Parts: sequence; structure tokens; C-alpha cells
Amino acid sequence: MAFAALFTARYWTWRRLGALSIQALIAAAVLAVVWAAAENALANLARLKIKTGFEFLERPAGFAIAQRLIPYSESSSYFAAFLTALLNTLVLAAVAILIATPLGFAIGVARRAPNQLLAGVATAYVETLRNVPLLLQLFFWYFAVLQTLPAPRASHSLLGVIFLNNRGLILPAPADAGSAAIALGAILAVGALAAWGARILRRRLEAGGATGGGALLAPALAFGAPLLALLAAAATLHWERPVLSGFNFAGGIVVIPEFVAMALALSLYSAAYIAEIVRAGIASVAPGQVEAARALGLPPAIVSLRIVIPQALRAIVPPLANEHLRLLRNTTLAAAIAYPDLMLVFAGTVLNQTVQAFEVMAITVATYLAISLVVSAAMNLYNRRVLQAGG
Amino acid sequence: MKAYFAAALAAAAAILMASSATAGTLDEVKKRGKLICGVAPNIPGFAYADDKGVARGFDVDFCRGLAAAILGDAEKMQLTRLGPRDAFAQLQTGAVDVLTHRFTWTYNRDNGGGITFAMTYFYDGQGFMVKKSANVDSVNKLNGASVCIAQGTTTELNIADYFRAHNLTYKIVSFADLDEARRAYEAGRCDAWSNDRSSLAARGLGLQKRDDHVILPETISKEPIGPVVRKDDGQWMDVVRWTVYALIAAEELGVTQANVDEMKKSSQSPEVKRLLGVGDNLGQKNGLSAEWAYNAIKAVGNYGEIFERNLGPKTRLALSRGPNRLWKDGGLLYAPPFR
Repeated sequence: MAFAALFTARYWTWRRLGALSIQALIAAAVLAVVWAAAENALANLARLKIKTGFEFLERPAGFAIAQRLIPYSESSSYFAAFLTALLNTLVLAAVAILIATPLGFAIGVARRAPNQLLAGVATAYVETLRNVPLLLQLFFWYFAVLQTLPAPRASHSLLGVIFLNNRGLILPAPADAGSAAIALGAILAVGALAAWGARILRRRLEAGGATGGGALLAPALAFGAPLLALLAAAATLHWERPVLSGFNFAGGIVVIPEFVAMALALSLYSAAYIAEIVRAGIASVAPGQVEAARALGLPPAIVSLRIVIPQALRAIVPPLANEHLRLLRNTTLAAAIAYPDLMLVFAGTVLNQTVQAFEVMAITVATYLAISLVVSAAMNLYNRRVLQAGG
Repeated sequence: MKAYFAAALAAAAAILMASSATAGTLDEVKKRGKLICGVAPNIPGFAYADDKGVARGFDVDFCRGLAAAILGDAEKMQLTRLGPRDAFAQLQTGAVDVLTHRFTWTYNRDNGGGITFAMTYFYDGQGFMVKKSANVDSVNKLNGASVCIAQGTTTELNIADYFRAHNLTYKIVSFADLDEARRAYEAGRCDAWSNDRSSLAARGLGLQKRDDHVILPETISKEPIGPVVRKDDGQWMDVVRWTVYALIAAEELGVTQANVDEMKKSSQSPEVKRLLGVGDNLGQKNGLSAEWAYNAIKAVGNYGEIFERNLGPKTRLALSRGPNRLWKDGGLLYAPPFR
């Protein structure tokens, strides 16, 4: 027995040792290749008399950017241009994900609907959108948006404060940025408080076995309170009304058509893929589960919410994370239709003006990698919660 | 997206490239038996393929002239079509020998990037095109206008500088591609479309109703455009710029594609004789044959002929010589003496 154990231990040790040394050798080889490549690249750059370094980030950029979410002007630095462009990329990705995800869920559920017409429409949607190249869809939406909208002088107008034309959607802006920031903070605080209150309320109601009207109390609180805060803020703030002067409207917030076309194209395209993920997720729930729930007399809504969806989510979340990452990477197509994202502004204009291709490309690659890893980590965290929730 | 791929490829090339010192570009071209030029992807008049698929244009002709001067045969050249994003990287890493492209010579491009402009072979300037219906007759009346442009050039900086200097506001819409900028302008996204004047003329041919548009009189920038080479090869830079100077000098001396043989045989002008390698051998100093300039002129004609063939009044672009006349005619073209 002892001999056998010793033999086993030695056997495993040898095996372990062998495996470890092979791994160490491979790791050393990879490191050596990376080191040699870096060394070689630097030597080549020096030989080609190419200046390297990141000092250019502090120099003034000198060009304008069409969409700015932070203060930026021609005299700002290349780094400010980088941040402005990065924010444009993030906002686009966030908006597109927020539209694509619920839309994809709805279409995915519709594909399994007993109503033939609804299922047929959903199938047609998925097959069309998935099988036309995204770039083509992008141009379609962009020129469709541009061509259907009137020139600034013939703008569509809503109550004389909101305008729509081929230069974008022009909304009134708060005249004073400081009070607008305070108002935004207040609305967010009310929203957070309401969500917290709604959670407690829901627990209490559920414990008390509330149904019907009572069950609506929690969502009413969660959505009603922030909405009231928003209305109150809108009423008290002083608004700057956009005015047509010369070629364009002056004042107000402009949502540029490039953003609308990008958000439309990206979210509609991604929704088709998300629909398939959702359909597969729902299909993965064993039919016996639904039958058992129905046999217990649970209403269909509860069967969906409490039995099917929590189990389907386990199959949905990991591929959904992939789809979100893909959408994020697809934002780089923005360059084609002049939406000023990271790729167009930084890897485009900045690269060309500074001729520091390696630095600019390295920063761009690292940035996209970092965003992707963060999104990936967040989705993994959510996935873990979904798995735990299922027990 | 091909452009990004090419840029990535160029970066990868720099990492993987053998670090042994490469021979001079001239030797490499001779050994290869072929000159590789980077040109713009499809610009009418400058670099495009005709209906038989033959590469034509002002930039292409200079590539042909260079190939003739170096290798004695204008067709021993290969064109690589490069967007503004990857052209410099391709040159830096040695994938092309020279850029006969549409790049403007600027301080930032000439310094620190490992590349340099050999000289100026086309004097351009940025202009604006507007719809006639807008009733605008001057750039100074474009206050508040939206302007469509193609990025990756000096265009954005010129507009920023000019409009700020004249206290005008503007909204920029910058596209990665020249033709998308034109299409968006045509679709009403912008009040004006701005680019180098030669580009407005060339790309303007793509407008559905060219007659509904007009180019404004102002030129808001200096755009000296010339061949670009690697900075570490002085001999190669001399080969490139003196070949172009030879074509300019040929126009000045009245040497044309048609009469170059006769001039070589019977001209008594010492300048013409030196240029064509009769009784002297200027090419030798640069590692070229005595007949380098003769070969180039024989292949593509002098500067004036190249201009008229590709851009002049008889072509669809119908550009006038403007500043691209010889200095003695009031233009800016001036070849240093061949002696």
C-alpha cells in the first residue's frame, strides 16, 4: 500500500515536473519572441529616423470635432481630442446596446410566438438584417435619413422649440450648465432612492402575497418618482431655444444625423443576432419545466417570468456578452459616415497630422482592448449572478 | 476598413522587418527592375484607370517618368493605391519607393516622421464648392455653415484656421472618404464642400448636376504637393527631385516628347545638351545613365505636356495652369540650373 502510494506520488511528481518544464519553456520562448520583436521594431524605427514618443498628445490639435460631449475646441490638445472621440464611441455603443438588447429580446420571443404572422415577421427581420453587410446598412440609413429630412429653412418643428432637419435633431438646451448639472444630480438621486424604495416595497408586498393592483405599486414608485423629478427640473430650469440664423440653427443641443444613422444601423443589426441568442436560450429550457408549472396552475405570465426566463438567461448571457462586444467593435465603421468616433478622429485625423502611426495605433488598440475587457468583466459578473440566482 | 488593415500590416512589417541595413533605394529599384510608386486611389486626372484599365494621370505620369529615368523603361513601374491613412506607413516600411500622391508638404509631415518631401510639383490651394441656389459668392459669407470635408488631409486645419481668423463660425462634418463627403454635400448635409481646388474639380465630376454648383473664388490655403521619400536616403531624394526638375527644365528649354530626339541630335544650346546627356554625363553622379533625362522626356513629355494631357483645358477637369506655370510666365515652377 505504502509502496503503491509512493509510486503514485512519484509518478505524479514526474509528470507534473515534465508538464511544468514544458510550460516554462513555452512561456520563455513567447517572451523571447515578444522581446526580440519589440527590440527589432525600436531599432528599425531609429534606423528609419522615425521620432517616437507621446509628447505630441500635449500639442494643440487645431481641428474641430462635430460632436463634443466635453468642452473641446480647436485650441485643445490632441489628448483632449482623444477623450472627446473616446466618449463619442462609448455613447454610441451604450445607446446602441440599450436599444438592441430589449429589441432583440422582443424579436427573439416573437419568433417563438404561436401567432404565425408575428413569428413570420420576426423571422423575416432576422434573416434580412443578418444577411446584409453592416456597412451597406449604414450607408442605407445614413442617406435614407439625410434624404427624407428637409433643409434647415424647411425644418419640421414641434411647438417651435424642437426642430428636425438634415443637420440633425435640435433640442432646447439649459441656458446655464451649472444649474443643469445640479438638476441632473437631483434626478439621479431621486431615481436611486425610488429604486431602493421600490425594492423594499416589492419584498414587503410579495411577503404579504399582493396581487393585481398592489403588485403595480413598486414599479409605479420606481418609474414615477424620477419622472416627476424630471418634469419638475424641466419646469424650473431656464431653457435656451434654438433659433434659425443664416445656414443653421444657433443654440440648443444638436443630435447629428451621423449619430442617429450609426445608432439605428448598429442596434437594428445587433438586435437580429440577439434575437437568435434569445430564441436559442428559451429553446434550451426543458419543456417539462413549463408543463410542470402549468400543471401546478401557475398563470402564463408567472411561468415565463419565474420559470422560463431565469433558466433561459443562463444560456443567453454568455453569447449576449459576445454580441455586445461585437457591437462595440462595429462602432469603428463610423468612419464611413463621418461620425467622429475614436477611429475617425484619433486613428484618422490625429494619425495623419502627427505622422506618429505607431504611437497612435498602439493607443487606439490598447483603448479598444481595455473597453472590451471592461465590458467582458461586467458581463461575467452579471453571468455569475444569473447562475447564483438560479440556485 | 482595408486602410486599417494595411496600416496594421505596415506596423507588423516594421516589427518583423529584418534589421540589417537595407541597400540604398536606387540600388534596390535597379536590382528589382521595377519602381513601386504609392498613388492616390482613383482621382480623375491625377491617378485613375482609363476605360481600358490602363493607369493614367498626372501623378502616374511622374511615376512613369521616374521609371524611365532610372530603368530606361517607363512601364517598369508598379502602382500601389494608398489611402491617406496608410500611405506614410507603407513608405516608412519600404513597401513603396516613393509616393507620387496628393500629399501637402507641411512642417509636421516633413519632420520627425522618417519621411521627407523631395520638392513641389503641383501648387494647389483649398477651395469651397457651394450650390448656386445658396446665393453665396464668397467664403466670408459662409458664417454658421456646415462644411463637408474628407479627413486625413490638411483640410480640417485650414478651415479651422481660416474661419477662426475671420471670426466666422462653422460646423465640420469630416468623412474618411472623399466621395462620401461629396455625396453627403449633394444630399444636403452640408452647405459647402471643401477640398483642394484640383480635387473639387476632379471629384466634382461625380456630382449629378455639376452645373448647379460653383467653386468660390477664395483659396484659403497653400497646398504644395510633391513626391515623398524616406528621409534616410539622400541619394534617392536627389534622383526623384532632379528627375522632376528635368521635366520642368525641358519645358523651359522647349524640349518636348516629339522633338527630344531631334534636339538631342542637333541642338546647339549647351543647356539642352547637358540636360540630354550630350557631351556631359550628369546622370552618373546620381547613379543614373547619361540619358536619364532624355529617357524621362521621351516617355512622358515635359511638365507642360504632362499637365495638358491630364488636367488641361482639353480634359474633363479643364484646369488652368494657374500657379503651375513656369516662373518666366508668372508661375511658381522653377528648376535649379543643370550644371
